[in-house]
Amino acid sequence: MSKETSQEVVYTPKDFKSDQEVRWCPGCGDHAILNSVQRAMSQLGIKKEKYAVISGIGCSSRFPYYMATYGFHGIHGRAAAISTGVKVANPELSVWTITGDGDSLAIGGNHLIHVARRNVDINLLLFNNRIYGLTKGQYSPTSVKGQITKTSPYGTVEPPFNPGELVIGAKGKFFARTIDGNIKLSTEIFTEAARHEGTSVVEVLQNCVIYNNGAYADITDREHKEDRQIILRDGEPMIFGKERDKGLILDREHMKLKVVKIGENGITEKDILVHNSTENNPGLHMMLVNMRWPNYPVALGIIRNVAAPTYDMAVHAQIGKVKESSPIKKMDDLLTSGNTWEVK
Amino acid sequence: MTKKNKPIELEDVVIRFSGDSGDGMQLTGTLFSNTAALLGNDIATFPDYPAEIRAPQGTVGGVSGFQVHFGHARVKTPGDLADVLVAMNPAALKANARWLKPGAMIIIDVDNFTPKNIEKAGYNEDPIKEEKLEDYNVIQAPITSLTKRALEDMGLDMKSVLRSKNMFALGMIYWVFNRPLKFTEDFFKSKFKKKPEIIEANERVLKAGYYYAETIEALHVTYVVKPAEIEKGTYRNINGNTATAWGLIAASEKAGLQLFVGSYPITPATGILEELALRKNLGVITVQAEDEIAGITTSIGASFAGLLAATTTSGPGLALKSEALGLAVITELPLVVVDVQRGGPSTGLPTKTEQSDLMQVLYGRNGESPVAVVAASTPANCFYYAFEAARLALEHMTPVVLMTDGFLANGTEPWKIPAMSDLPEIKPRIVPEGTEDYKPYKRDPETLARGWAIPGTPGLEHRIGGLEKDEISGNVSYDPVNHQVMTNIRAEKVKRIVHDIPALKVDGEQEGDVLLVGWGSTYGHLKSAQEELDKEGKKVGLAHFNYINPLPGNVEDVLRKFKKILVCELNMGQFAGYLRMNFPQFDYHQLNKVQGLPFTVAEIKDAVNNLKEG
Ligand SMILES: Cc1ncc(C[n+]2csc(CCOP(=O)(O)OP(=O)(O)O)c2C)c(N)n1
Ligand code: SF4
Ligand SMILES: [Mg+2]
Repeated sequence: MSKETSQEVVYTPKDFKSDQEVRWCPGCGDHAILNSVQRAMSQLGIKKEKYAVISGIGCSSRFPYYMATYGFHGIHGRAAAISTGVKVANPELSVWTITGDGDSLAIGGNHLIHVARRNVDINLLLFNNRIYGLTKGQYSPTSVKGQITKTSPYGTVEPPFNPGELVIGAKGKFFARTIDGNIKLSTEIFTEAARHEGTSVVEVLQNCVIYNNGAYADITDREHKEDRQIILRDGEPMIFGKERDKGLILDREHMKLKVVKIGENGITEKDILVHNSTENNPGLHMMLVNMRWPNYPVALGIIRNVAAPTYDMAVHAQIGKVKESSPIKKMDDLLTSGNTWEVK
Repeated sequence: MTKKNKPIELEDVVIRFSGDSGDGMQLTGTLFSNTAALLGNDIATFPDYPAEIRAPQGTVGGVSGFQVHFGHARVKTPGDLADVLVAMNPAALKANARWLKPGAMIIIDVDNFTPKNIEKAGYNEDPIKEEKLEDYNVIQAPITSLTKRALEDMGLDMKSVLRSKNMFALGMIYWVFNRPLKFTEDFFKSKFKKKPEIIEANERVLKAGYYYAETIEALHVTYVVKPAEIEKGTYRNINGNTATAWGLIAASEKAGLQLFVGSYPITPATGILEELALRKNLGVITVQAEDEIAGITTSIGASFAGLLAATTTSGPGLALKSEALGLAVITELPLVVVDVQRGGPSTGLPTKTEQSDLMQVLYGRNGESPVAVVAASTPANCFYYAFEAARLALEHMTPVVLMTDGFLANGTEPWKIPAMSDLPEIKPRIVPEGTEDYKPYKRDPETLARGWAIPGTPGLEHRIGGLEKDEISGNVSYDPVNHQVMTNIRAEKVKRIVHDIPALKVDGEQEGDVLLVGWGSTYGHLKSAQEELDKEGKKVGLAHFNYINPLPGNVEDVLRKFKKILVCELNMGQFAGYLRMNFPQFDYHQLNKVQGLPFTVAEIKDAVNNLKEG
């Protein structure tokens, strides 16, 4: 790991709270995410001064002000690019990028795909509330088709992006999904995201109580959540449901996932797919990120976690190598190199 | 074979190499310039090429030219008109005939003066007659066929054969000006190390041209241009883009900070990024970003993280960077933005020079968003102004825009190599670990620069960003009075840079009738005009600006001393407007040109003469 870790630093989440009053609406999912991030940071063993929290613009992007770490509140859409600069400038830092669905998928879509492609070692938390919160309720690139918002009074007519599909399509090596209210799962995922070397994108399904309340109610309500979510864990079979009697298999004939009931049609636990986030081939991961209720449970957890060289390390390694072999060691050497002549 | 007559001595000569964009004229010109420089001549060069990589062959639009002016005296411009024109085809003649001195030598490749090419270039029958060049020294050399003959036993493909015909022309020119072939042969040897047959082909053709020139009757006179009397020292030839890149690296070494450059390729700025990408040996980090916005925002991130950060671009790219430049203004981070101007608006004239981004640089952002602005005025001094831009950025905690343009970027001149120890120190405002009660917007009372606390330093954790910040604590503030205070501070901070820059100096007359005023790349032409006028007994002063914002402290004193002020610039009057705004008490006359070309010295002199008469 590049980040300096130390067993001696013991933090509590409180150490990561700034003195600024948190200004999100009461009940906004962002409060819980802040909580989870502060927990994760306090547990990682990374010194506080090594954290840099970088954001774009949006409700979510106010995040750095509430953290007691180094922080940078950027401009709309550019969080991933600013973070790239920070990380490449100083790979010792643990860089956390906070962005919204509009910030990272509309105005900043270009930066998101390129940061994932390059595999810059940052942790990018994408707060997906399927709405533009800060500007008071216009549709976003993740708003579901037909969603009624202030700029789509008759419903949107455009299909949404699925962030995971986009990230994996852009050669992303780490993608996870969590829900704002599940602090335990979020903390666990943020911790793993920080440990992963490379671009870790975590989509946080976030509720905007004011402009898109209940966007995820169908999968989060207490009554049904176990049947409508599946939490993927490495090495474990993909089983879900209140009774833990449902599972996922690969329908090889149609090359797609299928929900089956254990005990029906001769299906046993052994037939159920076992999760492997480290598989390089994105095929199955792509199917998992694309699962949507009601046909499938929505996948949470770390869906993809593949080791690959990081951009920041590659940049510095190349510089190191060229430096070693070049006779030009300082500016004076360069100035006097090549074709020069003496005037006497 | 004719015997070489005693060569005639000349003070200075302008040669223009021109041909199709695939004819290798840029290389030919560069090789000639390098030889001239290595022989101790002073030189100035001006490459002028189309935006298309391979523009339609044989058309005037596809002509690529390279002008070199070399001399025994100081050479300040690439020259208005050519003494020698090399025209590889009729289109090259068409494009350049109006830039010839009366009686100039014209070397044409007659093999290419076929009826079809003649027509393509827009002539009827006889280009020489149609251009009224019969009295000129026209040398009709069968360059293509003699090149083929020189290589006929080598078994090369026709493409490689034709590609070396530019060396035939170069060989001829070397003979005419009594230049050794050695430097060019050395170049072949290092450039084509792995292709011995290409080395041989080029050498053979170069020599064939040289000996051909020696043989033909028309060329019995040759010329020498003695080395220039220039300051002692070690010299090299440098173009503006390389000099800019090197100035940034030099600043990073002086400041003790690694250089980070986030950039996106765009003509004519790309050369800076390419040069910096080569300089990994000096620790330079280059990120070729996904667009200009990412170019500047990665750099802002790197600046936040404590490196010397820069981004390089041209006008269209600067337009994309404007929102982020405002972010650097409000976060008060050091950042160098290089704008290598080209003809606009929009994509405009990508490969041609212009000075029309001035207003964009000064004011092209939302809000009250002042940045410091400096402009280089010769290819070599791009080094010093890039260095200076970085120094001001780091010591005053502000973004600084360095303005150059296509003319400086690609033009070259000999440069007396400085030693790093000659350059001033740069002291970044890094807040040391252990500083008590650090506040992000606490300032140095003199410069108003804030302290720079670098992530990774224990105890200095803080947050900055694009929202307005409280005067000292740096917390988000919507307080109306605070916004006024912060706006005033940001403006005042840039204004106070005036105490850290030299006064405006006047060349020539220190007071009198006419003051020539210019900024940036027009210096050489303005200076030549001022000197020539001086020789003709028409005294004028020249005030040339390198510091644009803030302006030097003595501008008013300078302007007051002249009856008439003539502001010359390659735009429609942006600097004149800026002066009018700052010093409305004076009248300003203007000389403006937007043809994608530099001024000619003659144009400037005419404008002065008209003014004197008027
Ligand atoms: C260049 C620019 N364009 C538009 C805006 C206005 N704006 C601010 S935030 C935002 C959308 C925010 O949505 P999202 O990224 O989903 O964040 P959320 O508020 O939902 O957390 C928009 C359009 C801006 N600040 N800057
Ligand atoms: S508008 Fe929505 S996203 Fe923004 S703070 Fe309020 S609840 Fe949260
Ligand atoms: Mg949103």
